[in-house]
Amino acid sequence: MLKRSGTTSGTILQRVKFPALVALTALAAGLPLTLNPYWTAVFVSIGLGALLSLSLNVILGRAGIFNMGHAAFYAVGAYVTAILNTRFQVPVLWLLPVAGAASGLCALLVARPIIHLRGDYLLIVTVGIVEIVRIALINDVGGLTGGANGIFGIARPEIFGIRIRRDIQFYYLVWGAVALTVALFSRLDRSRVGRALSCIKEDDTAAEGCGIDVARYKLLAFGLGAFWAGMAGALFAAKMTIISPGSFTFWDSVLLFAAVTLGGGSQTGAVLGAFLVFGLPEIFRDFASARMLVFGLALMAMMVVRPQGLLPPALRRYDTRFITRGERAAGDGE
Amino acid sequence: MKPLLRLTNVTKRFGGLIAVNEVSFSADEGGITGIIGPNGAGKTTLFNLLTGNYAPDGGDILFRDVSLVGRKPHEIVALGVARTFQSIRLFSSMSVLENALAGRHCRMRAGLLSSMFGSAAQRREERAAVERAVRELEFTGLAEFLNDKAGSLSYGNRRLLEIARALASDPILIALDEPAGSMNQPETEVLVRLIRAVRDRGISVMLIEHDMGLVMQVCEKLIVLEYGIKIAEGSPAEIRGNPRVIEAYLGQD
Amino acid sequence: MDQLFLQLVNGLAVGGIYALVALGYTMVYGVLKLINFAHGDLFTIGAYLGLTLFVGMGLAGTLTVFPAVLSVAVMVMGLTALLGGVLERVAYRPLRKAGRLSAVVSALGASIFFQNAVMLVWGANYEVYPEVMRPSTVIFLFGTGVPLIRLLIIGVSLMLMLSLYGFIHHTRTGTAVRAAAIDQGAAALMGINVNRIITLVFLIGPGLGGVAGVMVGLSYGQIDFSMGFSYGLKAFTAAVLGGIGNIPGAMLGGMLLGLIETLGSAYLTIAWKDAISFLVLILILIIRPTGILGERTAEKL
Repeated sequence: MLKRSGTTSGTILQRVKFPALVALTALAAGLPLTLNPYWTAVFVSIGLGALLSLSLNVILGRAGIFNMGHAAFYAVGAYVTAILNTRFQVPVLWLLPVAGAASGLCALLVARPIIHLRGDYLLIVTVGIVEIVRIALINDVGGLTGGANGIFGIARPEIFGIRIRRDIQFYYLVWGAVALTVALFSRLDRSRVGRALSCIKEDDTAAEGCGIDVARYKLLAFGLGAFWAGMAGALFAAKMTIISPGSFTFWDSVLLFAAVTLGGGSQTGAVLGAFLVFGLPEIFRDFASARMLVFGLALMAMMVVRPQGLLPPALRRYDTRFITRGERAAGDGE
Repeated sequence: MKPLLRLTNVTKRFGGLIAVNEVSFSADEGGITGIIGPNGAGKTTLFNLLTGNYAPDGGDILFRDVSLVGRKPHEIVALGVARTFQSIRLFSSMSVLENALAGRHCRMRAGLLSSMFGSAAQRREERAAVERAVRELEFTGLAEFLNDKAGSLSYGNRRLLEIARALASDPILIALDEPAGSMNQPETEVLVRLIRAVRDRGISVMLIEHDMGLVMQVCEKLIVLEYGIKIAEGSPAEIRGNPRVIEAYLGQD
Repeated sequence: MDQLFLQLVNGLAVGGIYALVALGYTMVYGVLKLINFAHGDLFTIGAYLGLTLFVGMGLAGTLTVFPAVLSVAVMVMGLTALLGGVLERVAYRPLRKAGRLSAVVSALGASIFFQNAVMLVWGANYEVYPEVMRPSTVIFLFGTGVPLIRLLIIGVSLMLMLSLYGFIHHTRTGTAVRAAAIDQGAAALMGINVNRIITLVFLIGPGLGGVAGVMVGLSYGQIDFSMGFSYGLKAFTAAVLGGIGNIPGAMLGGMLLGLIETLGSAYLTIAWKDAISFLVLILILIIRPTGILGERTAEKL
């Protein structure tokens, strides 16, 4: 009897959550008005990092697939955007879905033969992929990628006739995208697909044994995560106007991997992880050249103190109040 | 009664070891079939062949005239064969209700987009699935725990949750691998009633069990394996008097 | 033909270095199922410590080349081994019961820490090993001039690998290491002190890695603070190629990778040199998911 009250605690939580959400939105919207240009720029890059972290969270945090080559998919999106924009003048925002699709498609093609590999093998293969992509970009494949110098002159995005140029405009664009992503991915979490990914993360043999097509859902997670990374790449290209292979290295993948793991697997965790990984080094700027040293130490310390990550996903609760209850169990005595 | 499941000359080798050797038998629709035998007789291997976790090296497994050989485990679940695991494989950081919902997965259709954007059909389906999962938890006597972490349940209740998860997939046949393992006497009695109630719902049951009391009590037909070979088949009464079986069991100790 | 022979020697020399570093990855992985991402940086530290010992302590002047190199190598081995032991205590032991991911990230943190520590201590520019320490002797084999140092590297790495192999397979402690790699729980029940085995593995691996660092300095002359990244990644690739957790596999994988990379960049394309090894890795894993010598373990249900 006592346990059944658990269903009402869900609504209490929602009651607290809503004002909190409003407050957070107001805070996020007001924040750039108080920031100097430097910190606005920092927040834009944290926002891009959060988008990427959320996209990797689908693969690593939710489905438990060790992908340490996420920068490769980010790169595909950024380069597709840059090439189509500079050569054919396609507006950047139109290219968002194109960049996503290109990168998602690449991910599916690449992941298909390797998706069955065990965790650490998959990890090193994804590291290999990000290195191969970087080297391919440097070698100017097909004469399209501009070699080591990359591509410059990417147009700024335009919404309703407003050209997004200043950091403060990018702030709203990027963090709006983050909010939308959190909303969509949270819904996904609480669905058939999201549950299937959680099951796979926890025990893929058991998942397969209760009817989940493990290979298919792993690929789905890979494809979705890469799609989102591709779109983030398009925004990145539009923000920077110049992209080069140096932005898509193994270390960028490592930082994303760390952000997701620090976050612990939840959507808010992924955003928080991005703050820590892309924001902390900025705060440590006082340490000057030692800041990455301190960052490395902080990474170790955070994992030792909280190995499960800062915000692991909470137990999902479902509304069961509509079900009339009280039937006797089959095993009850006569 | 027509046979639901028919195994013919099913063989599985691991290197030089023949774990299951030319085993043939059939199980009836609506029956409770037990597979018994000493440790290492090949019982669990046989189950894993049935559920697609292993591929047989020879022979065929027909389920309602459809061959299960070469199919992946999730396809076999969709065809109507659900299982539990000897070593209890729940999703222990997920809630009890979610574990049962996971079993419902193969009867649901919602894809990526409808899940992300929450279409009306998706919400309807989700609601129906939650209701069905709750019903299975009520059926197995776990309803009071539905918002608890699966990992926090007692061992006996974890076994019951595995059964609830399997039942949520609308099985035609449910395969239970040592369902009474690590259960005490009162828990085992609840289990016996549950297995009968499952059968009364029209679901055929196949089980592996070491608890002879339970096997003799609930099974209508027994298959006895020793060293991968079927040494006897029949009703509990027939098996109890079978000299080969007595020898196999006594010889073991 | 001469060219091919020279390339083979170069490939084996690089391969020997990869193999030594790969051993550190594979031994740690074998026992702890952990990818020690900081291993490549311990290798870098080995190279720099070697340099400091040669130059700073004046060894370069006072002793003749051979004893100087030998004593430096031994000292570096001891120091990096010590560092490996400390690393295990601080960054990995507290996480042994936690999930795999947290240990991976802690390892990445350690790697970032070490790499930046090297940069702060020795500077961001590359350093050069003293010319006196690098014998420029060329030996003529089959009519081809082969740098003596490359042959020495092949010889020393083979010798170290054979000693390790002998230790692992023919001593009681080595047997305990193998037992702990198969099943830590069972090993502990048999009276093996698993903690000591883990410490031992973290001494041996970084020790060998440190020596490999000195070998790179002696052979190629130039070292820099980020070299652990590419060598580490290649060595880890070699370990996976051979079947991670498998000691002969790491040796084979390292040698093979060294050869493939050297021959590939000599005869195919130099621009894609670093991509070749990864392409080979991916192809091999598609065909053999457990690596060349890795065994497939059937999962118990």
